Amino acid sequence: MGKILMKGNEAIARAAMLGGLEAFFGYPITPQNEVPEYLSRYLLEEGKVFVQAESEVAAINMVYGAAAAGFRTMTSSSSPGIALKQEGITYLCGSELPCVISSVMRGGPGLGSIQPSQSDYNQATRGGGNGDYHVIVFGPETIQETIDILKEAFDIADYYRNPVMVLVDGLIGQMMESVDLTKPVKKRFLPEKDYAANGTKNHPGERHIINSLYLESNELEHHNLSLKKKYDLATANETRVELINMNDPDYVIVAFGTMARVCRSAIEKLAEKNIRVGMIRPISLWPFPSSVFETMDAPHLKGILCVEMNLGMMLTDVLVANNGRHSVGFFGRAGGVVPDPDEVVDAILHFNERVVK
Amino acid sequence: MEVKYKKTKGLTDSPLSYCPGCTHGIIHKLVAEVLEELGVLGESIVIASVGCSVFSYRFFNCDAVQSAHGRACAVATGIKRNLPDHVVFTYQGDGDLASIGIAETIHAANRGENITVIFVNNAIYGMTGGQMAPTSLIGQKTTTSPMGRMAEVHGSPLHISEIFSQIDRVAYLERVSVFNPRQVRNAKNAIRKAFTYQVEKRGFTMVEVLSSCPVNWGMTPVDSLKWIEEKMVPVFPLKVFKDKGVENNV
Amino acid sequence: MPIKGYLTFESEKCKGCGLCVAFCPVKILYLDKNTLNQQGYPIVKITDPDKCIGCASCALMCPDSIITVEVKN
Repeated sequence: MGKILMKGNEAIARAAMLGGLEAFFGYPITPQNEVPEYLSRYLLEEGKVFVQAESEVAAINMVYGAAAAGFRTMTSSSSPGIALKQEGITYLCGSELPCVISSVMRGGPGLGSIQPSQSDYNQATRGGGNGDYHVIVFGPETIQETIDILKEAFDIADYYRNPVMVLVDGLIGQMMESVDLTKPVKKRFLPEKDYAANGTKNHPGERHIINSLYLESNELEHHNLSLKKKYDLATANETRVELINMNDPDYVIVAFGTMARVCRSAIEKLAEKNIRVGMIRPISLWPFPSSVFETMDAPHLKGILCVEMNLGMMLTDVLVANNGRHSVGFFGRAGGVVPDPDEVVDAILHFNERVVK
Repeated sequence: MEVKYKKTKGLTDSPLSYCPGCTHGIIHKLVAEVLEELGVLGESIVIASVGCSVFSYRFFNCDAVQSAHGRACAVATGIKRNLPDHVVFTYQGDGDLASIGIAETIHAANRGENITVIFVNNAIYGMTGGQMAPTSLIGQKTTTSPMGRMAEVHGSPLHISEIFSQIDRVAYLERVSVFNPRQVRNAKNAIRKAFTYQVEKRGFTMVEVLSSCPVNWGMTPVDSLKWIEEKMVPVFPLKVFKDKGVENNV
Repeated sequence: MPIKGYLTFESEKCKGCGLCVAFCPVKILYLDKNTLNQQGYPIVKITDPDKCIGCASCALMCPDSIITVEVKN
């Protein structure tokens, strides 16, 4: 089919359908409205399920229901809406149910703004729900990468029986880029959904119960440990990172999503000033690519600069992964401000003023 | 000898977790009997809510999904939309449905989701130890209205069935009780009709059942049934609020 | 010939709530304080089985479905 020009949010919707989406439950919130709008036409045209719920809380619980019945299901929202979904997300994790969540970040906290931001990094990677759980989170940089990840997201969710979140920001959601919808997806062995609550007539002799309640603490600990096994497996298999310009750099930038794109331009500008800057671009935000910080071969490295569209969240993961090896600096803009390349260049040039003690 | 009455196959063998004399047990029995009689246990899915009936997924002899507090009707929507020929029902108390979950419930009704809601109204939060519920009566003493519910401070009892009767896509809606054998038989008829309408794809059906809470009301099981009859029924009259089946025939 | 009823109780699951006792129209059921089941509840018993008319009101009102009613004409 070749390349077509597509808006980010619509690409998210189409990619989800290509990924096998069967039931979508959403709610209006800027800057992701085109996702439900697109699906409200094309999903129904394919005879699949689309419901605009009465709230983001209701939508995630509808996802929980569809997933409990064994269907490929998804919701989409933005920052405050994702905040409302946190309880539902931890129920999905606790009941080991797969689903895909698309989050299009906007400025916060509170009502915040509708401009692009990365200030939900902690919300996504630490989670706002209760209990020991993780959501597998990807932070794509381009609409193409968003499409490729979304087409695979349902397989990953089904494989781990856990929610998968694709975390972009309003800029990626709202801009248009030329994309190829036909790139092949990695094949995975996916077990049967033999847990689904779809009526004992489909599995005579045994009742299927989808539940996250374990009143007996040893039982719940056992359950937590089995969830942890899954999360360790995901850490081993689903960690994704891109390394750019990393042979013998003077500095290394760590940035994801839209911020990484801005930093690519900054790296070119710095090269013109004979300052060699590499970049570690996490694609999976959880699991965070910590190992590249250990294996990095950078004998002349002056420092690592974490660059985000928030006031320092991925910074924590960078500090932990760096483990004191190199000095770490931070540069970030908040509130929906997207820094331009020169600001990043300036931050590198004045790295010492930005070092985090 | 002929068996006139025995335990229904619609219930599992797990002993019920309810307090002695709590009429949750009777309501469970009626729902289970109806599902057995309609022959739909194999395609039934109960959405267990959060409250005393949180363990209903152990008691109904069909597949079950335990939902977050208040969200049962949203979960049911997510299931029924994908399994339109299955029998999907929620079993919710007044805290779950009339308080935290009223938005999900009223919108499921408004969308006309083809599900059945069993709404057990015992005017109190039972599982958590007797707090005031939206349906607690004026003057009713609870652990969070220790001097009795006062309208000017705590608002008045919430009339769910009356409210839901205004919603177009509701196909069948009745308030019943179980405080004596006649009421139990009538309640079963209402529950049978609700599930029958679901099977016939008529839309949203709900049966509100006035139920007891001996322990938290501080009464014997028998006295608590009298309290329903003498105190609750005047505030929550027992009647059919909506019956699209009849309206169409008329 | 009037209908004759025969009751069987799953006494281990009885919670001694007394609803059956209260609604038996011929008043032949009682809770035996001296016979407790494993759960520690006084279980329901019959005073005079011959008077049972098989109406099943007891079984209808039993929240725990422990009563089976059989009838013979």
